Amino acid sequence: MLYSPTPLHIPDGFLSLTVSIFFWLITLVVLSVAVRRTEKLDEKQVPLMGVMAAFIFAAQMINFPVAGGTSGHLLGGALAAIMLGPWAGMLVMTSVVAVQGLLFQDGGLLVMGANIFNMGLLTAAIGFGLYKAAEGRTRAVKLGAAGLGAWLSVMAGALFASLQLWLSGTARLDIVMPAMLGIHALIGLGEALITVAALSFIFRTRPDLLDESKNAAQGGRGWVWVGGLVSLFVVFLSPFASAAPDGLERVAINAGFISTSADAPYSILPDYTLPFLGETGLSTILAGIVGALVVGVLVVLLLRGRAKATE
Amino acid sequence: MIHNNLFDRYYATESPLHRLSPSVKVLLTVFFILSNALLPDGHWIGFGISWAVIFLLNWVGQLGWGYTFKRSFIALPFALAAVTAIFALPGKTLAEFDVLFWHLLATDAGLLRFFSIVVRSWLSVQVAILLVATTQFPDLIHALEHLRLPRMLITVIAFLYRYIFVLSDEVLRLLRARQARSAVLPGQSGGGTVFWRAKIAGNMVGQLFLRSYERSDRIYNAMLARGYQGHLRTLNRHAMHTRDWVILILSSAALLFLQIFTHF
Repeated sequence: MLYSPTPLHIPDGFLSLTVSIFFWLITLVVLSVAVRRTEKLDEKQVPLMGVMAAFIFAAQMINFPVAGGTSGHLLGGALAAIMLGPWAGMLVMTSVVAVQGLLFQDGGLLVMGANIFNMGLLTAAIGFGLYKAAEGRTRAVKLGAAGLGAWLSVMAGALFASLQLWLSGTARLDIVMPAMLGIHALIGLGEALITVAALSFIFRTRPDLLDESKNAAQGGRGWVWVGGLVSLFVVFLSPFASAAPDGLERVAINAGFISTSADAPYSILPDYTLPFLGETGLSTILAGIVGALVVGVLVVLLLRGRAKATE
Repeated sequence: MIHNNLFDRYYATESPLHRLSPSVKVLLTVFFILSNALLPDGHWIGFGISWAVIFLLNWVGQLGWGYTFKRSFIALPFALAAVTAIFALPGKTLAEFDVLFWHLLATDAGLLRFFSIVVRSWLSVQVAILLVATTQFPDLIHALEHLRLPRMLITVIAFLYRYIFVLSDEVLRLLRARQARSAVLPGQSGGGTVFWRAKIAGNMVGQLFLRSYERSDRIYNAMLARGYQGHLRTLNRHAMHTRDWVILILSSAALLFLQIFTHF
């Protein structure tokens, strides 16, 4: 089968109406800004974004065997944002998620707002933000930033998907979050490798497409802050949520997501003691650091190999 | 040759469902999925009625009774995420497990919730399959335009659909080329390390990007040459007939009635 679904596409029925509508609202606000910003650029952008959306769709078919019959492939949010700019990248990923949901039922319609947020908006913000932070640096630094951005963008999507599932009362946070983050730490590794390799290929063959002075109109330095803040949020929230789910629950109650009535749709059992939670929190932090280090080392190794090959 | 059968989910035939206005079908699909989401946990009569309606619509749409059911398994792997709901709700304890660090209590309320989530999702997937099986995708895109979605986004989606077929052929060529150069002698392991393979896949993605980018340039020039003015046109007027209005109102009322019936 050429078209392989990823575990990030939430189907209908898995998110509560409140959560679905909340994320639809955020997504619509961001998208309306994206549409206005992109319309200001020349009208050539529209066919370009359309073909690029088809490109992301087709690029997801390119897989590589990992081990035991499993294979990795690209999600593409970070790559799209780096090549086209954050706003256009968001629109491209939105149409990809929309077609996957509409045509293949890979991801639901009512929950599409959440899916677009996880896979289109977050990924573009992080991918572009971190890449922009390396502006003016050497090619190797840029590729490293892109790789880290790609890995973090997948982790951010997984984090938000598990938060949404938990807020909907569909899953238990202390199980779904380590599971989702664990799987996506690996999927994100594939994402980082492919993104870096694809970018370095484009650097070699068409460096003009990645020319900074030409692409200045895509998005300003402000994106460094946006991407950085979202990344920090991901890096800090993951351990916090694992270490103190009660604290997170308090926040959710205050924000009005979880009702405090007697028959709460979701509540952690009162007599439920979790002696291991400290460990889990610590292990999540460690996993995050190790993951980031592994990505960094891999990027450096890849670059070394490339440098040697060209010598 | 274009492999359009890879992605086309349309079932070509003549039926009242196929003739219904695409806008009405899109609206009713959304209402139906909304109704599924609002059905209370464990209301099996409500779920049963919805399932029976879908079954009936399969027949009305001339798709054969099991059409949507046979294609509805795509969302099932995701049910794995909902398994934890079994252990998430307070209620009568049915069983206890100790897995790794977790001490899990399966409760009756949790089990009820799990099955309700799976059924809801199953129903919604079938409704969505029904929509794309009876509506051609270009019609669907124009329906979205009539429903006042941002025109630019719709145009991007239209382009996406148009060029999926072209670019997936490009991918098939790339994959075939890789396969042709990946012969392995019997008794020897081939293929290098995982990182090397990922790098090759990344190079292919980069290659595909450049081909797509250059193609979009040519497409834009060709469009300008034919008088492109910023949006795609259609010859289908998609006018709403009386029949469409009647079906829209009656079906919405039926869904509303189902909600009232299941909640009171």
